[in-house]
Amino acid sequence: MTTGVHGPTRARIEAKTLRTDRWWVSPLTTFVVFFAFVVYATIRAFQGSHYYSKPYLSPFYSPCLGDCVKGSSDFGQPFHWWPLSAALLVLIFPLGFRLTCYYYRKAYFRGFWLSPPACAVAEPHKAYTGETRLPLILNNIHRYFWYAAVVIALVLTYDAILAFGPAEGESSGIHMGLGTVVFLVNVVLIWLYTLSCHSCRHIVGGKLRHFSKHPVRYRMWTWVSKQNERHALYAWLSLFSVALADLYVLLLASGTFSDPRFF
Amino acid sequence: MAYTLKMRLWRGDRSGGDLQDFDVEVEAGEVVLDAIHRVQATQAGDLAVRWNCKAGKCGSCSAEVNGRPRLMCMTRLSDYDPSETITVTPMRTFPVIRDLVTDVSYNYEKAKELPYAELPPRDADGKRRMMQEDVDRGQEFRKCIECFLCQNTCHVVRDHDGNKKNFAGPRFFLRYAELDMHPLDTVDRRRVTREQAGLGYCNITKCCTEVCPEGIHITDNAIIPMKERVADRTYDPLVWLGNKIGIRDKDRDSRAEL
Amino acid sequence: MTDTSPETTSAAGTGETEKHQYDVVVIGAGGSGLRAAIAAHDAGAKVAVVCKSLLGKAHTVMAEGGAAAALGNLWPEDNWQVHFRDTMRGGKMLNNWRMAHLHAQEAPERVLELEDWGALFDRTKDGLISQRDFGGHRYARLAHVGDRTGLEMIRTLQQRTVQLGIDVFMECTITELLTDPAGNGRISGAVGYWRETGSFISFEAPAVVLATGGIGKSFKVTSNSWEYTGDGHAMALRAGAKLINMEFVQFHPTGMVWPPSVKGLLVTESVRGDGGILKNSEGKRFMFDYIPEFFKAETADNEAEADRWYEDKANNRRPPELLPRDEVARAINSEIKAGRGSEHGGVYLDIASRRTPEFIRKRLPSMYHQFKELADVDITQEPMEIGPTCHYVMGGVEVDPDTQMSGVEGLYAVGECSGGMHGSNRLGGNSLSDLLVFGKRAGDAAAAYVAGLDGTRPTLPEAGVQAAQELALSPLLGSGAGTENPYTIQQDLQQTMNDLVGIIRTREELERSLAEIEKLKDRAQHLAVTGDRQYNPGWHLAIDLRNMLLVSECIAKAALEREESRGGHTRDDHPGFDERWGTLNIALSINSAGDGVDLATQPLPVMPDELAAFFQEDH
Repeated sequence: MTTGVHGPTRARIEAKTLRTDRWWVSPLTTFVVFFAFVVYATIRAFQGSHYYSKPYLSPFYSPCLGDCVKGSSDFGQPFHWWPLSAALLVLIFPLGFRLTCYYYRKAYFRGFWLSPPACAVAEPHKAYTGETRLPLILNNIHRYFWYAAVVIALVLTYDAILAFGPAEGESSGIHMGLGTVVFLVNVVLIWLYTLSCHSCRHIVGGKLRHFSKHPVRYRMWTWVSKQNERHALYAWLSLFSVALADLYVLLLASGTFSDPRFF
Repeated sequence: MAYTLKMRLWRGDRSGGDLQDFDVEVEAGEVVLDAIHRVQATQAGDLAVRWNCKAGKCGSCSAEVNGRPRLMCMTRLSDYDPSETITVTPMRTFPVIRDLVTDVSYNYEKAKELPYAELPPRDADGKRRMMQEDVDRGQEFRKCIECFLCQNTCHVVRDHDGNKKNFAGPRFFLRYAELDMHPLDTVDRRRVTREQAGLGYCNITKCCTEVCPEGIHITDNAIIPMKERVADRTYDPLVWLGNKIGIRDKDRDSRAEL
Repeated sequence: MTDTSPETTSAAGTGETEKHQYDVVVIGAGGSGLRAAIAAHDAGAKVAVVCKSLLGKAHTVMAEGGAAAALGNLWPEDNWQVHFRDTMRGGKMLNNWRMAHLHAQEAPERVLELEDWGALFDRTKDGLISQRDFGGHRYARLAHVGDRTGLEMIRTLQQRTVQLGIDVFMECTITELLTDPAGNGRISGAVGYWRETGSFISFEAPAVVLATGGIGKSFKVTSNSWEYTGDGHAMALRAGAKLINMEFVQFHPTGMVWPPSVKGLLVTESVRGDGGILKNSEGKRFMFDYIPEFFKAETADNEAEADRWYEDKANNRRPPELLPRDEVARAINSEIKAGRGSEHGGVYLDIASRRTPEFIRKRLPSMYHQFKELADVDITQEPMEIGPTCHYVMGGVEVDPDTQMSGVEGLYAVGECSGGMHGSNRLGGNSLSDLLVFGKRAGDAAAAYVAGLDGTRPTLPEAGVQAAQELALSPLLGSGAGTENPYTIQQDLQQTMNDLVGIIRTREELERSLAEIEKLKDRAQHLAVTGDRQYNPGWHLAIDLRNMLLVSECIAKAALEREESRGGHTRDDHPGFDERWGTLNIALSINSAGDGVDLATQPLPVMPDELAAFFQEDH
């Protein structure tokens, strides 16, 4: 038996949607961009090379905890026995953070799973149970990925500071190249994305019943709430910036390009 | 500026129906509901349409205009090109009654399952004290005019009739959130929000927020905070462990679980 | 559609009548109806609420400003005595003193009760219910939620009704009340039809509470919704009750005037309460020219004092923009007539130049939204164009002030469809509190009346049920012979009332209006309704038209009789108060043929001395 908008009690209308605007642009864009990112990130993550060019460490590999190239491991190599690319050790955390993110969920449920493709456009699936079962019920542990994301953001901040450090062939002094700017922009966007997270909003104050009794947390919540309105924007921008930072390191490490230096 | 608007209106009932064409004189500054009323007064006296205030305050005239869930009284003709045909159908999630009127009793049935505010006795002077910042969140949710456009656009029930049994829908998640954030309420409803209202069915695709004529941030301010609160209650091992070893969430202490 | 019998569709067109028995049937699900139902239920009665629309859509949602109650949260000096005095003065002393008295005393508790049930009012700094300034109220007194207080109230009452499990019959129209011929004409029930299917339904009940609201849909420019067809007024008349004060129709001074599609739509008085001022096309703040003698002592006569008042109420007098609504509406009307109106025939209401955009958006969110969405006007940047709009009828069913029972035993009326409480002019904010105070009183009284009947309950006369149903069906059956479109007759009636029984009236125009109404009544005998009984708005309108015509006749007749100007009744040919009329009510009752109304004057109840003392200082 047909259900949904073609169910027996609904108004008989053939079309699955009567929307006349280009509703498919948004899910299609999401699909194309995310798909491209996933392909690029997968290749780069498994590549296991061209991820470090002093003083720049690709954010995909940071912190570099496996058997990493000289100078790239700022936090030791506890997993030096790991046979595969060191990126795979850490990428799981930002990946999990984004997969369980309340914004990305909207984006991939619409763009990839078409559930629904757009508002008031019928979805193609026969059954739907949402996030009540495995594996999607795991989206509820988003906050743990947020904790991890804060750690990663701290590490990337450290990397951004190191990006001011001595360049290839130098042992001391301060430097600033185009790469430093790329890293700075990236880490700011990563922080904005991380702090505008819905779980963060809940943890800093959203869970409270009485803001009036917790004025400091109320102010933090107010700030996070304001950033939270742009969470989707930060999600996109930080996605681009992290890929760009990695690409920049790839270009430097492979010798395709040399870092323009400001001082 | 007056012009002739081409409209296609769905006419029929549960046994069948189709989109019918009407030409109707309209003026600049009018809304879709004005055009429908003119059709009613001059061409089809029995055209069924539900409406009350015609001011975006009662939430009666919900329908789908060019496929988008909207209030007809708040949809201005000037948003469309005069040469464009405007198609109006009833909401497609609810059983149709006749023409543009649907049977929205699903929502009234769900309303009966809802919890209600349970407040402690008043203060000694017979009044209650709540601070503005503590009622701000609830007040946003109480702006809801019950147009049920969010319920209509939510694919959980729009595309899957079977889910209606287990899913209260965005309008009522607002109510659960409002009560959970009420500064004086004495009941913890997180369990019922998950088990009875079916919060887990929502996959946050945000169409409810997109269509809300009151601009309530249904997803960001009600559903997601409720998901986080349910996670506190059900999915967070650290919170569970904390409870086991006697770390109490003081904010919840005065509340009994429903 | 209903909560109680979802499978009504099958009964369509079969001619069978669905029958119900209740102790108390409440007609109307606005603030007063729901409050009455809750009270009757709490008192142990079996209660049904019957309403023309879906639950929660009643006109109460349109109320914006707030509910007046002397809580004293901002001004400890405020108390019921001051509120009582303001109400009586606002009504130009024509109020039923006892109703104004009860209202002022009980309003605070009724408002606090809403909070017990989950309402979230705006707060003061101390966490108490915030109160706002409104026309005619000496102190900031209106408990409010932004500018959507009515919505808050109806949602709270609606949720309480559902919580208590009270039966609600939605989209069900009552067409006639039935009385018990054997038992001195007391109420025995009501008959109606489901809008969804057109099938008939009857309620046998010893007590019926009318809570049907007002009559505004008989006017062309109105802030009222389609439901406001005066059903309760007309049904009460036909059941044998009297209507009083029908000449007093409140024209709200500030309705939208542009675009045409929203002409008449309400612009809340809160705009003025929160600092908005009125200007004419010359940019002049004209209200200073229109301060009547009666209010001179308490109204500022210069801009500086008026502006200081918002901050310091103790040492300054109120701005003239906050005079009672009748005064402001008349002033705006005069400015427009004198050629100093705005582009679209209104005047300017300006808050943009006086308050910050943040303040405006926080305090007046719906107004901001309404103008932005419907008129492309940003009220934080530019003035609004506004003009008077038909808003409220002070007149209604004459009731006992303590129980709200009409002259017909078992028939109660509350809210806008009852008369007396507001005299010749209602103060803003007094309506919402009126609904609560008298809703509760009527519910209590109705339940007590039914409990006291023991075994002698009236029965529904079968002949009456049949007759009411045949009458309701006649526009459909007559479609062969009839030629008149109900929509056209409604438009003609609205035009007549607007042009001839509007804000300023004369003998000649009122006489013409009565003649017009007679013609319309004739035409309404020959209606042609297309379609069948299933959700047919044309047929529904045809049924409502009968009520609209009867009520319009009441208004015009009473307006012709009262040869003075007072409150919501202004006679160009009789300007000013007439002391003699100040002690008289005009009462209307159905004529012997049942097709029109008879008119009589009757003395106003006299206030006891201890209350009259509040007004000594005035004269």
